[in-house]
Order: sequence, then structure tokens, then C-alpha cells
Amino acid sequence: MFLSATYRKIASDGIWNNNIVFGQNLALCPLLAVTGTATNGLGMGLATLVVITASNGLISVTRHLIPSEIRIPIFVLLIAALVTLVDILMNAWAHELYKVLGLFIALIVTNCALLGRAEAFASKQPVKEALWDGFMMGLGFTLVLVALGAAREISSSGTLFANASLLLGESFQFLEVTVIPNYKGFLLMALPPGGFIMLAFLIVGKRLIDQKLAQKKVQPALLNEAITE
Amino acid sequence: MKLDPTTLARLKAQAAICLAWLQRWLEPAHLAQLRPKLEFQTGVLAGFALLASVLLGVTNCSTQDLIQQRLDDDLKNSLAEVVPADLHDNDMLQDTKTIPSADYNIAAKETLVYIAKKSAKVTAVCFKLTAPDGYSGAINMIMGIDRDGNILGVRVLSHKETPGLGDKIEAAKSNWIFSFVGRSLDNLTPTQWAVKKDGGEFDQFAGATITPRKTVQAINRGLLLFKAHQAELINP
Repeated sequence: MFLSATYRKIASDGIWNNNIVFGQNLALCPLLAVTGTATNGLGMGLATLVVITASNGLISVTRHLIPSEIRIPIFVLLIAALVTLVDILMNAWAHELYKVLGLFIALIVTNCALLGRAEAFASKQPVKEALWDGFMMGLGFTLVLVALGAAREISSSGTLFANASLLLGESFQFLEVTVIPNYKGFLLMALPPGGFIMLAFLIVGKRLIDQKLAQKKVQPALLNEAITE
Repeated sequence: MKLDPTTLARLKAQAAICLAWLQRWLEPAHLAQLRPKLEFQTGVLAGFALLASVLLGVTNCSTQDLIQQRLDDDLKNSLAEVVPADLHDNDMLQDTKTIPSADYNIAAKETLVYIAKKSAKVTAVCFKLTAPDGYSGAINMIMGIDRDGNILGVRVLSHKETPGLGDKIEAAKSNWIFSFVGRSLDNLTPTQWAVKKDGGEFDQFAGATITPRKTVQAINRGLLLFKAHQAELINP
């Protein structure tokens, strides 16, 4: 690996161990609100990725200036300003993309994961690490959003990545698949309760994998114990 | 303005002193001493607030015209979508008429009507209308109506409805909005101007009833507005 141990740790924390959703159980509000389809999940994920990286960087740069007593209002101010900036700039310079993603941008302000990363990581770490952490956390969040969106979309309407070409451009039309033809539809999964149910399944899946991994590591020791007893 | 070398050198030296002072001031150890002080905290908060407002203000001012231009382009495209090109030979953005619409609850006291003319005869009209009571805010639409009161087309311009549920009112996401084409106050009774759940003609969406309900009601109000002004609009 070309990355040092610190960066690897940040990456694995962001994507798996301390994932915003699975590890920290944060950002559930935007998560459940937009993951009706995989495409929406991807859009929200990418928008969050950009903003969380920028906010982490900005807060890390100014971390020595910020007294701990008033850090929360400053973080909120910075994040809100950043989100609004992204919103305005995208509207002006990437208008086509804005028409698709615009819905999601404003939702990022309510994403407590940004505040969480600012508080737990960016305000204590150098800029490069903070940027990397923001990027990896954003990536982990995007992956969960897409996974949850895909699971809900397949179970509710039998399609996958419907309308992806609206978000990514015509060349991504190949992503749009009908997984189950002539599917009758299962409304519950498209509704908020479906989000909770599917999220629970995903979390169970993650815990099971973690358990398997942990067993593999400790198994030899357990065997020895059994023998001595 | 030209500066002689000595002044320039003096300014440079002063700038260097300021820079060095700033660097010392920004040393983490020095800032750590300052941080517990109330004056410093107030200053920092004010500083960040100022920074954020200046940044947002500058961005807003510098992109306002551009965004307006994009919105105008969008409007032109939307007009073209709800009024077929072969129905008019005039520039609809220039041929407009303002009618009072305060009684129709479409969020505007006055509505600007774009008039389509072919060979100087009014063939259709087009105006924006808003459902002020969408599920999570206003739903802005544009509607084209032919001179007899039949809907030529409706499009949603902007809304804040739930992504994945209420956003099926967009033409890009579903065919629903096309179900209004050809409808009028004459070929549907007032009770039919509602979603199926309310005994009407129009589908609601799985998981979102309020969005289509309010959209249908607003479009119905838009037609009533047209009817009230039909005579003056089509006979200019």
C-alpha cells in the first residue's frame, strides 16, 4: 500500500469500522428521506461528500482560532455557509446538475454527521488528515446510501438506478436496469418505514460480517482454551 | 499612480513587519493563550460571521445575473414544452398581459400571461401558477391553455417535495403530469378535478397523496382564472 498507517486507518474507519451510518448511527434523517431509489442515494451521497470534505478542511485550517466554548455555533455557521455557497455556485455554473441535485443540497445542512466530524476529528487534526477523513467519511456515507437505495428500490419497484441518466448524463443509461420484470411493487419499502426496516437488515448484515471477522482472528486462541479445559 | 523606489521599499518593509506579526499572532501557542479570553471569543465569532456573510454576499451578487439568465433559459424551454411551436409565430416572452389573480390562491396577486399568436390571432396562452400548499412548500408550475380552454400541457418548474415520492410530478420522473393534456373545465366536472382518492380523475402516487392532490387543485384554479379572463385574453 502506498498509504501510511494513519491514512489507512482513517480510510477503513470512514468506510467500514466507524461508518457514519453503521458505526456512528448519524445522518439518519437525510438517509431515510432520500434513499427511495439508488440514484437519489448516489446524488445525496456525492453532494455530502463534497461538503463534508470542504467543511472538514475549513474547520481544520481554523482549528487553533476556535475557542472550545463557542465551537458549536462556529461549526454550524461554517457548514451552513458552505452548503449555501455550494447551492448558489452550482445553480449558476452547473445548472443542469443543480436541477437534479438541488433538492438534496439543502438537506445537507441538517446532516449532523458534518458537525460530528468537525467536532470529533477536524477540530483536532492537521488539514491533510482532516480532508482525507472528510473524503472517506463521505465515501462511506455514499456507499451506504447507494446500498440502502438499491435494496429499497429493488424491493419496492423492481428496478435499479432508475433515472440515473438524469443525474450522471445520458452515457450512464446502462445503469438503469429492471431487476424483476413485471414486479407488482411493494409500497412499504418506498415509504419511510421501509427505510428503517431495510436499514436494520443492513446493520445486521454489517454486524454479522464483523462477527465473522472477529471469530477468525480469535478462533485459534479459543481452541487452545477448550483443549486445556 | 507610480511610487518612487524608497517609498516602495518602506512599504515592503512595513508589510513584512505586519506579516511577521500576523505569523507570530497565529502561532498555535499564542492562540492557545488567547482562546479562554471573552473578548477573543466574541471577536472570533463575529469574525466568522462576517466572513460567512461577506462570502455569501459576494457570491450571491456575482452569480445573481447568471442565475437569472439560466432561469430565463429554463422559462423559454418550459414555454416551448407547454405550447407547441407550430401554434405560434411570435416571441411569447415579449407578448404578455398581466391579469389579477389574487382570488385564485395561486400565490401571486397578479399573473403574467404569455400569449401565443399565429398570424396575429391568439392561439394559446401560457402562465405560471403555484400550489402554495404542497407537502413541503410551494410547487411552481407553468401551464399552456389553448383558446378554447383545453390544457396543452403543464410542467413543474420547481418544488420541494420529497425526492423519490412527491417528485413524480416532474415530467422527467414520471408521466403523471401528461395526464392533464386535453383536460378542461368543460370535459371534467368539478368533482372530477381531484385525485382518485378524493373521487376524481387523476392518479395519486404510492406514498404521496398530498403532492398530487394540491397540484391538481392548483391547476383547476389556474383554469378558473383563465376562464374568468378568457374573453379579454383571446380577443386583445
